[in-house]
Amino acid sequence: MTNRSRREFLGALGMAPVVAGGLSMIAAGATGASLTGSAGDLQAQARESARLRYFPNLSLRTQDDKEVRFYDDLIKGKIVTLNFFYAKCEDVCPIVTSNLVKVQELLGDKVGRQVFMYSFSLKPTEDTPKAMKEYAEMHGVKPGWTFLTGKPEDLELLRRKLGFTTPDLRADKDVTNHTGNIRYGNEPLMLWGATPGMASPEWIAESIEWMVQPDAVRREHKHPEARPDNPGPQHKHPAG
Amino acid sequence: MYRNVFGEKVSKWRFKQMLNAAKNRRELIAAGLTSRRDLLKMGLLTAGGTLLAKGGLSARAQTALSPTSKSPGSFNLCVPGNQAASPPTRAFIEPLPVMPVAQTVKVSSLSPAPTIAPNTAGGEVRAASHQAPLLNPSMFPFPPPRVYQVRQHAINAVQSPDLPTQTIWGFDDGTHATSPGPTYRANYGVPQLVRNINALPPVNMNGGFGIPSVTTHLHNGHTPSESDGNPCDFYPSGNFCDQYYPNVLAGFNSDHFPTGDINESLSTLWYHDHRVDFTSQNTYKGLLGFYCLFNQFDTGDESTGFHLPSFPQFDIQLAFADKVYDPSSGLLSFDLFNLDGILGDKFLVNGKIQPFFDVQPRRYRFRLLDTGPSRFYEFFLTDPNNMGGNNQFFVIANDGNLLPAPVTVDRVRIGVAERVDIIIDFKNFAGKTIYLENRLRQINGMGPVPPQGFIPGQVECSDAFGNLLSDTVPAGQGNLLLQFRVSGKSVNDGSINPATDHVMFYQLPDTTAAPRVTRTFKFDRLNGQWSINGQFMDCNHFRFLVQQNSVENWILFNATGDWTHPIHIHLEEHQILSRNRFPPPLAVERSRKDVTQLHQNERVLLFFRFRDWLGKYPIHCHNVIHEDHAMMGLWNVQPQGDTVLVP
Repeated sequence: MTNRSRREFLGALGMAPVVAGGLSMIAAGATGASLTGSAGDLQAQARESARLRYFPNLSLRTQDDKEVRFYDDLIKGKIVTLNFFYAKCEDVCPIVTSNLVKVQELLGDKVGRQVFMYSFSLKPTEDTPKAMKEYAEMHGVKPGWTFLTGKPEDLELLRRKLGFTTPDLRADKDVTNHTGNIRYGNEPLMLWGATPGMASPEWIAESIEWMVQPDAVRREHKHPEARPDNPGPQHKHPAG
Repeated sequence: MYRNVFGEKVSKWRFKQMLNAAKNRRELIAAGLTSRRDLLKMGLLTAGGTLLAKGGLSARAQTALSPTSKSPGSFNLCVPGNQAASPPTRAFIEPLPVMPVAQTVKVSSLSPAPTIAPNTAGGEVRAASHQAPLLNPSMFPFPPPRVYQVRQHAINAVQSPDLPTQTIWGFDDGTHATSPGPTYRANYGVPQLVRNINALPPVNMNGGFGIPSVTTHLHNGHTPSESDGNPCDFYPSGNFCDQYYPNVLAGFNSDHFPTGDINESLSTLWYHDHRVDFTSQNTYKGLLGFYCLFNQFDTGDESTGFHLPSFPQFDIQLAFADKVYDPSSGLLSFDLFNLDGILGDKFLVNGKIQPFFDVQPRRYRFRLLDTGPSRFYEFFLTDPNNMGGNNQFFVIANDGNLLPAPVTVDRVRIGVAERVDIIIDFKNFAGKTIYLENRLRQINGMGPVPPQGFIPGQVECSDAFGNLLSDTVPAGQGNLLLQFRVSGKSVNDGSINPATDHVMFYQLPDTTAAPRVTRTFKFDRLNGQWSINGQFMDCNHFRFLVQQNSVENWILFNATGDWTHPIHIHLEEHQILSRNRFPPPLAVERSRKDVTQLHQNERVLLFFRFRDWLGKYPIHCHNVIHEDHAMMGLWNVQPQGDTVLVP
């Protein structure tokens, strides 16, 4: 839609003021600080509630042996992907990781600037920073994607908070049941989704990109290649 | 030694917690709420008969999923999921909201004017030209006789007088802005166009969940794909989609040319947002409503046709939802990091927590809809002065499709997105106050607990004393959803009596035709990822081609063991040929369906005819949390189909 026709359409619907305000907010949306008054208070309150509920400010270590805080350093104010792995995993982890490497390529220079990728260890005692660094190098991981380990009880808490769990107790104890999914989200906007790590890299990348400007996402509505615009009647209708 | 409900050893500390919970309950009783009945009235008891947890919103607290638990022999469905704890609310002090009937607008009031081809330059987002008017302009004129313009926008709602006003999302037909949205009163033979405008607020005003990006699906509509509300056809605020609903019987352009098959008549449909990955949040926030489709038999007038109770006075739509409210703010809360299924501890009917409804002592038709996100319901009628009473009612439709004849029941179970139309005769309850009660025991996203003896030899759920728990709770111990206050003054009732008259509706369409292909769909969880045949939702990938106007059989196979999945397939209804090789055991399941409950370890065989329209449609789990986590796949209807057996 061109700008002109969009304005005309919005004007006709009596929507122009709402959306005009909306567009200016999108630009500031990533900071979450654009709203004032009660709407802004409510939004800030909801964000604080989400932080308390899901994002403990745990101390973690990166593959470069740097100490970071989960909320303050990794999540706050950012668009992120979150998944769980362990370096010696021979099940689907290599598929998920190599998929994510392709996703990183597809997202290009957005990773590390706009989008931050995080992989958390399910076996933090064996996943030392060194082991994670080797794992990352082996898979060709580029900057902007951080691997994290820490105290086992902290990683366990994080896994539960972020919902990489199942109510089936026996299944929950099997770490391979938590290696498949990738959470994506925009923390200030409290927008969180998930996608299977074994989905196509193109689809994973597209899902993550929704978080950059969620208000403006448009996609080409694909329809069957063989489908004619006028399918024509199967039978000749008496009236037609 | 201390033991928990599973008979496992627990620590002294954990045992103390359990005792505290019991003590809390005694305290409340001591505080003047002297009986279980009072607690029920206050809405303070949960399905398990336990008091509401006082722990606040916990995100999968360690105690709920202890990694050290051995749970030997215990059934996994017994483990409580995410514990919710909304603030207390009083029950049955506000009336049931009844959704207004959607109002048409003049086509000349639409700007820009509707067009057969998508008006992309004018802000429309639609995948293709309208099939119906191109196929047959005399049968499907453009513009059609009825036109609606609906804006989806933020609305304020009081869901309980004990909670603050909530900002949710609803539908506005220009006359009413509500959630659930206005009810369409549609008629066969009268095509209609709905202009669905996304006027939702910017994402940074979403109140903590929901994405202002929509696609509105007409659930069970025999709808051309471009108007179906496909999950991938979403659009942002400031855009619209014109959806053309032909309101035509299936088979009109194929095996029942030119009128369609009267035995494929639909009646209770609903519309809801279907935005891929975010359907659960957007429907939880209010984007849903009813669409009632009438014809010369199901007329909405009890003096004509099948003589079913008149719409809208005695024909009431009931949308059930279970939700959670933040214990500190009292605002609607959504668990953003849940993979399994979300259960609420507050029960809403038509957007109100535990309302009451004044009724006359006569027959009413209720159209019950489970809007999710994840809970199954088993509805009973409960008379508090006669708890042992076996209160009967009549099921007349399954998934909104009238059965061959009414079925007399004392209970009916539905899963997410399923509908059941029932007739209750309140004459037997004149002057009384009775309840619609959910007595199904479900404690996490996996689905209802299995009935006793479901798996021979399996130890099932047991209580703290080791007693086995059945899948339903005793009368009065479940969730009292809706209170009926029955007037004592007798009234005239012109509707048919399903109990005494020889009542017949539609015959079931024949299912003996040989399928062109029998496809198998394995529903599974792979390393935590919800999947169908090992694949995942992807808007850029169509898995198989259905041949237009052909018969197919589909096998749905549950490889997730203990989970129950309500599986929904768009475009055409199906009939269940067998469950684990036997015909469906329940009379109400010998019907036309658009959602089939796939029970634990089950293999279900379905019969389909894919007729008339072309284009893309999905198959998916309607536990919307599973749906949003990729348990969905796209397929196409094309003039030439394929024979992929395991797509």
